[in-house]
Amino acid sequence: MATTKKKTTSATKTAAKSKNFASAPINKSLSKEEKIDLYRTIVGIRRFEERSLRAYNQGKIGGFLHLYIGQEAVATGIVSLMEENDHIITAYRDHGHALAVGMSMNECMAEMYGKHTGCSKGKGGSMHFFAPDKNYWGGHGIVAGQTPLGAGLAFALKYKGLKGCALAFLGDGAVNQGSFMETLNLASLWNIPVVFVIENNGYSMGTSLKRSSAEENLAHRADGFDMEWEVCNGHDVFEVREVANRAMTRAREEMKPFLLEIRTYRYRGHSVADANHEKYRTKEEIEEYKRTKDPVNVIKQQLLADGTLTEEEAKRIDQEKKDEAEASAKFADESPVAPRSEIQTDVYWEVDNDAEGKLKGTYFFND
Amino acid sequence: MPLITYREAIKQALDEEIQRDENVCIMGEEVAQYNGAYKVTEGLWEKHGDKRLIDTPISEAAFSGLAIGASALGIRPVVEMMFMSFSYVAIDQLFNNASFCRYMSGGLMNIPIVVRGPANGGTNVGATHSHTPENMVANHPGLKVVCPSNAYDAKGLMKAAIRDNDPVFVMENTLLYGEKWEVPEEEYIVELGVANILQEGTDLTIVSHGRCAMLSLQAAKTLEEKHGVSVEVVDLRSIRPLDEETILKSVKKTHRALLVEENKPYCGVDAQISHIIQLKAFDYLDAPVHRVSAIDAPQIYAKELENWQIPNEERIIAGALKALA
Repeated sequence: MATTKKKTTSATKTAAKSKNFASAPINKSLSKEEKIDLYRTIVGIRRFEERSLRAYNQGKIGGFLHLYIGQEAVATGIVSLMEENDHIITAYRDHGHALAVGMSMNECMAEMYGKHTGCSKGKGGSMHFFAPDKNYWGGHGIVAGQTPLGAGLAFALKYKGLKGCALAFLGDGAVNQGSFMETLNLASLWNIPVVFVIENNGYSMGTSLKRSSAEENLAHRADGFDMEWEVCNGHDVFEVREVANRAMTRAREEMKPFLLEIRTYRYRGHSVADANHEKYRTKEEIEEYKRTKDPVNVIKQQLLADGTLTEEEAKRIDQEKKDEAEASAKFADESPVAPRSEIQTDVYWEVDNDAEGKLKGTYFFND
Repeated sequence: MPLITYREAIKQALDEEIQRDENVCIMGEEVAQYNGAYKVTEGLWEKHGDKRLIDTPISEAAFSGLAIGASALGIRPVVEMMFMSFSYVAIDQLFNNASFCRYMSGGLMNIPIVVRGPANGGTNVGATHSHTPENMVANHPGLKVVCPSNAYDAKGLMKAAIRDNDPVFVMENTLLYGEKWEVPEEEYIVELGVANILQEGTDLTIVSHGRCAMLSLQAAKTLEEKHGVSVEVVDLRSIRPLDEETILKSVKKTHRALLVEENKPYCGVDAQISHIIQLKAFDYLDAPVHRVSAIDAPQIYAKELENWQIPNEERIIAGALKALA
């Protein structure tokens, strides 16, 4: 049994210890500016999501809208640890990860508005943000469907002899999909450097963890595949960083997969269309989390306490992010929809890159 | 020109492409140490080792998805499905991720993978192992699909598929693996989207693909000998992209068309071909377009009945005589 295994760790126990994660080496080494950046990203995600909710309610955004509000510190903390050869992929609740890797609010908002200026030209929508130039491989709509792709990114790193890891995010509902369990087995069998990150917000749509998973300690499933695992809380960005750093370092250094379960919470429904979210959980439960574990407030209080931030600076950053989100909605609103000719581009690489007209045969079948 | 089997031709293609490009690797159940369930990859593991020939557990969804993810970073995996029927447990990976990642990313990604394996009936194994899903694949913009009918095409199309920057399905046929054709020793490629006229004729065009193209060729010879009919046989080779031009040119010449495939008829490949012919060569037709497909029921186990269920020479000749009436 390897030494990093933490069989007894649970979120409650860790939280009860009230360990000061900010003083862990990986966090202590952060400069003042880097710490402020973490705050900026967390606040940015919050304000972006709030603005996109307004746009959705105004009928400006179609389809589904799965908000990341309440979970911001998870993507922010983990992405902040990414190195040159690290890659990331996630499911449909993908806005936080997108902003954390550095995608602009404009391209993300415009994508949700279905505009040509969106990151996917309006072809993907809310669930399908991509930025391969930032090692961000989406944004995937089918529960757990992205997990084998994440293992594939890690497989490619190993195949090419590159030192890095792939981060494959999933929700607590995804753990009961066959593709994820198949992927856990492959990743461990082949020793590929993938870190699976379960963002456990307690509910797979309207079904609580208790009602969907026989073993509620989701990370324990790794034992069945001889894989290392850890559990931590997701509201404190410094805790996320401390624990994820171990997983990512191990993946990079030892070429081994890791299963990380992060206990977090979403304030809104599964999607905005989930009108029942206050029926399958209590208002008190939501309010209690907001009061004691709000990721924006938690980092703000920490940075105020250690003198990194002043109230004024915090307020200024908050306002900047509100303004940026507002501007992104304006940008999206004013952007054009792609021309109809765009419906049939980006289908085949070979067609899109056939400048010389060498391709044979018919690719599209319209009368 | 040496006579080699369809199986050997595919193996040569894989072998040559592994040597040509260090990013090409083969993965699937029993492809390496067992030498392939149908011996298509026989000897390749011994020759190229663990990195290039990768045995997988029985987890089609996971290894298909893994191949897709790896291809995003430049690996060019050739995924073997022991039977194409088994791809059905990986449909989310193949029909959502392989086909749509490029589109949903607005063209920022491409997925250069090959999915290959036998897709045929006629082997007395029942409905779950006898699928011919080229129509389902072709129904997904973003995917390409080819159905080689002979060893020459199998090698040339496989090489083209591996070099292609989009996901390509190569539908093989277990009944052809042991058949021999002439295959040149020097390197060649068969481009996607180019049909092959197996035999020229003037009275009737038979459009077919895969093993049915070979059956059609045989039927055409019988039709000539016994009925004095001159049949042109068009082997599609590639389903998507499709060589419409060759189909239409032939039909405009013969004025009659019979479409032959092993797919079930409803929404089969030939349903689309039939539509294209009526739309684009309507005025040239002297008779309705006729079809010979698998008889529309789940694949039956009983050998004698299955051999009647899928197209055979007798049924093709009967179909041709209807189209000529």
